[in-house]
Amino acid sequence: MNVSDPILELENISLSFGAVHALADVSFSIYPGEVLAIIGPNGAGKTTMLNVINGVYHPSEGKINYKGQARARMRPHQTAVQGIARTFQNVALFKGMNTVDNIMTGRNLKMNTNILLQALYWGPAQREEAVHREAVEKVIDFLEIEAVRKTVVGRLPFGLQKRVELGRALAAEPEILLLDEPMAGMNLEEKEDMCRFVLDVNEEFGTTIVLIEHDMSVVMDISDRVVVLDYGRKISEGTPDEVRGDQRVIDAYLGVAH
Amino acid sequence: MLYRESGQFKTSYKADMAIFPIRQDLWGLITTLIVAVVIVPLFASEHMIVGYLLPFMIWSIAAIGLNILTGYAGQLSLGHGAFMAVGAYSAYNLAVRIPDLPLLAVFIGAGLIAAACGVVVGSPSLRIKGFYLAVATLAAQFFSEWVFATFPWFVGGAASMVIDTPKMSLFGYPIESNLDNYFLVLGFVIVTTLLAKNLVRSEIGRAWMAVRDMDVAAEVIGIRPLYTKLSAFAVSSFFAGIAGALYAFCYVKSVDFTAFDLFVSLKVLFMIIIGGMGSILGCFLGAAFIVILPILLNVAAHHLTGGNVSPELITNIEHMTFGGLIVYFLIVEPHGLARMWTTAKEKLRLWPFPH
Amino acid sequence: MPEELAWFLEVLIAGLLSGVMYSLVALGFVLIFKASGVFNFAQGAMVLFAALTFARFLEMGINFWFAAAITLFIMVVLAVIIERVMLRPLVAQPVIILFMATIGLNYFLEGLAQGVWDTQVHALDLGIEDVPWQSVMDATNILISLFDVWAAVICGALVVMLAYFFQKGRIGRALRAVADDNQAAMSVGIPLQLIWAIVWAAAGLVALVAGALWGQRLGVQFSISLVALKALPVLILGGFNSIAGAIIGGLIIGAAEKLAEVYLGPIIGGGIEAWFAYLIAMLFLMVRPQGLFGEKIIERV
Repeated sequence: MNVSDPILELENISLSFGAVHALADVSFSIYPGEVLAIIGPNGAGKTTMLNVINGVYHPSEGKINYKGQARARMRPHQTAVQGIARTFQNVALFKGMNTVDNIMTGRNLKMNTNILLQALYWGPAQREEAVHREAVEKVIDFLEIEAVRKTVVGRLPFGLQKRVELGRALAAEPEILLLDEPMAGMNLEEKEDMCRFVLDVNEEFGTTIVLIEHDMSVVMDISDRVVVLDYGRKISEGTPDEVRGDQRVIDAYLGVAH
Repeated sequence: MLYRESGQFKTSYKADMAIFPIRQDLWGLITTLIVAVVIVPLFASEHMIVGYLLPFMIWSIAAIGLNILTGYAGQLSLGHGAFMAVGAYSAYNLAVRIPDLPLLAVFIGAGLIAAACGVVVGSPSLRIKGFYLAVATLAAQFFSEWVFATFPWFVGGAASMVIDTPKMSLFGYPIESNLDNYFLVLGFVIVTTLLAKNLVRSEIGRAWMAVRDMDVAAEVIGIRPLYTKLSAFAVSSFFAGIAGALYAFCYVKSVDFTAFDLFVSLKVLFMIIIGGMGSILGCFLGAAFIVILPILLNVAAHHLTGGNVSPELITNIEHMTFGGLIVYFLIVEPHGLARMWTTAKEKLRLWPFPH
Repeated sequence: MPEELAWFLEVLIAGLLSGVMYSLVALGFVLIFKASGVFNFAQGAMVLFAALTFARFLEMGINFWFAAAITLFIMVVLAVIIERVMLRPLVAQPVIILFMATIGLNYFLEGLAQGVWDTQVHALDLGIEDVPWQSVMDATNILISLFDVWAAVICGALVVMLAYFFQKGRIGRALRAVADDNQAAMSVGIPLQLIWAIVWAAAGLVALVAGALWGQRLGVQFSISLVALKALPVLILGGFNSIAGAIIGGLIIGAAEKLAEVYLGPIIGGGIEAWFAYLIAMLFLMVRPQGLFGEKIIERV
C-alpha cells in the first residue's frame, strides 16, 4: 500500500432516521498518520459520522473502503478487529470497574486463551494476564494516571475519566483512533494535557486520528486537515487555514438562513 | 491482628493479580477452610449440618451462578430455578440410566446439560435486554415446571412424579452419612468458588462487566456481545445445574419439580441482591442470610408469643421481611452486604487515623 | 354450522373474553410504566391483595358496594405509601433496580395480604351467574359463558375509561409529559409525585376489578397472582408504552392460549396455558423487539 493511499474512504454516505436526514451524501477520505478534525455546528452529524465509521450505525446509502477494499456491513466489534478504536462524547467507561480493568478491556482482542483455561487460571491464561497487564501499565504511565490505577472509574472526576477512556482505546493499539470531543468539559490545563497526549500518540505510534472538537483553537493547532459538516452535508474540506477562510463555513457557524 | 497492608510490597504483576493481594484476607480464608474441614466435622451436630450448613452451601453455589449472570454480566434472570431443576433431573437420569458413570461425571454432566439449556434461553439476549430478557427467563421457568410435571420419562416413568435419588459412591467410597454429604458439597463449593473467582478476574470476567456497564462501548472495543452474554448464561446455568443436582442428591435426597419453582428463582435473586451483586463473597453472605433469617424469625416469634403462632403466619412474615429488605437494600446499599463489609474493611485499614 | 367450526368459535370467543381481563391488567402495567418507567412485577400481588381484602370484607357480611369502596380506599392508600417509601428514594436509579424493587414489593404484598387475612381459598360471589348464554346457544350452538361476557364488558368499560382518562385532558397531558421526560416535566411544574400516586391508585383499581372477576372464577387464592403475571407477555406483544398495544395484546394472548390448550394440549400434554403466552411473546420479540405498537428506540452514543 502506498503511503499516500487513504486508509479509509467514505463515499456518498447517507443515513436517515425516519424523516431526519442525519447524513446526506458525505464523502471524504482518511489518510494514514494524519490528524483529521470533523467540525460543524450542533446537530451537523459529526457523531453520526463516527458511528458510521465504526459500525454502530449502518449507512442507508454509500460505501466504505478500508485500505482499498470495499467494507461489508460490519458490527462494531468487527471494525475493532480492523483496528478502529474510539472514545465517546459523554464518556462511556465501565463505571463499576477500576482504571486498570477498564484499560485491560482494550486488550481483549489480543487475548486468546479459552474460557476453560481462564477458569482454572492456569499456565497460559495467567502468563497472558501478566503480559497484557504490563502493556496496560505502559499506557497508564503514558497518560500519567498511575495514582488512580485501582480506583473505580465511576468515582473519578470527569477529566480523568476522559483520560482513562483514551487509555482504553490506546490499549487496543488501533490504527485509527476516533475521538468524540476529547476536550469537552475540561479546563485549560486538562485541555493542554489532552492535546499533548493526542499529538504524542500520533507521532510516537503513527496512529491515524479522527477527532470531533468544538474548541476552534485546538482544532487549528493540532489537526492536519479539517472536514466541515452542516445539516448532514459536507460543506468544506481542507487544511485548517483553507477551511477558516471558507465563506460557507463562516455562514454555517454564524447561522445564515438556508 | 491488625488489618494492614503496610510492609507488603508487590514486586510483580502476578503478585498484584493474586486473588487476595492483602495477606490478612488470605489468612481469613485459611481460617475459614480450617473451620470447614476440621472444626465442623469434629464438633457440629447432625442438625447443624443438615439444617443449616448443607442448604447454605448449596444455595451459595446457586447464588454464585446467578451472580455471574446478573451481578457480573448484567443480564437479569428470573429463571434460575429452571436451570437448577434441569441439573437435578439430568443428574438423576445420568445416574440411573448410565449405572457405571462415576459420581463426579454425573454432577459435571448435569451442569453441562444445564449450561446447554442456559445457552438456548440466553440466545435472544443479543436482541432483547433488561426486563424483556427477564420475561424470557420467566418463560423458561414456567416451561421447565411444566415439562418436569408433565412427562414421567424424567423420573423413569414413576407415577408419583417425586422419586428418591439413587445411592452415591465416590471412588468406591459410599456416600451415606450426613458428614459424607457435607464433604462432597464442601468440595463442590471450594471448586466452584475458585473457578468463579478466576473467571471474574480474567478477560472473560472483564468482558461480562463491560457488557453490564456499557454494552455499546464494550462492543466498540471489540468485545463480542453474543459470545459474552451466552458464555455468562452457560457458566451461570452450569453452576445452577450443579447446585440443583446437589440439592436433590445430597440435601433432600429426592427429585421433585415443585422444589424448583418461581420462588426458588426469586429466592436466589434475593440472595445476590442482599449479599451483593458483582461479588463472590456476597453470594455466601446472601445465602447465609436467607438460610438464617427464617430461623431467627421463627425463634423470635416463639419467644414473643409464647409458642402459639401458626407456621403460616411465620411464612408470611418471612415473605414480608424479605420483600421489605430487598427494597431497603436497593434503596440504601444496592451493592449489598459485601459492600458493607468492604467499607468496614476500608475503615479498619485506616483506623485509628481516618485521614 | 358444522360442529368443528362451532367448537373453534366457542374456544376463540372464550379466549377473547378472557383476553379482555389480561388487557385490563396489562393496562395497569402500562400506566405505571408510562408514568414512572417502572416495570411493575408486583401487579400480580396487588391483584391478590385486592381480591383477598374484598372477599374477606364480603365474608364479614359487609354490603357489596361498601366493601368495594373500602377495598379501593385501601388500594389507594397502598399506592400512596408505595410512592412515598419505595419510588421516591429510587427515582434516579436504573430501571432494572426499580424492577427488582417491585419484585421485593411483590413478596411483601403477598406476605401482607396472606398474613393479614389468610392463605385459604375463598369463594367470591359477585352475583353474576356462570351459565351459558341461552339465546346464542339456541341460535348457533356455540356455548358462551354469560359470566365471561359480563366480565369482558366490565373490563372493557374500565379499559376504555382509563384509556380515555390518561390520553385526554389535563391528567393525560401530564402523564404523557412525565412519560417522555420526568425531569423536564417536573421543571415545568407537573407534580410528579401526584401523577405517580394517581397512576398507582389506578393500578390498584385495576387490581381490584381483575381480582374480583378472577376470584369468582378461580377462587380467591395465591395462584391468581400468577394469572395476573400473564400481563407480562401481553405487554411484550403490545409494546410497553402503548395503551392500544395492551388491549390488543391481551386479546391475542387470551385467544391464542385457549386455542393452544384445546388443539395443541392433547398432542403435547395438558396445562400448556402456564407458559404458552410467554412462548408467543418470545417468538414475537425475535421478529419485532419493540412490540406491536411500541416505538423503535434508536440508541445514541
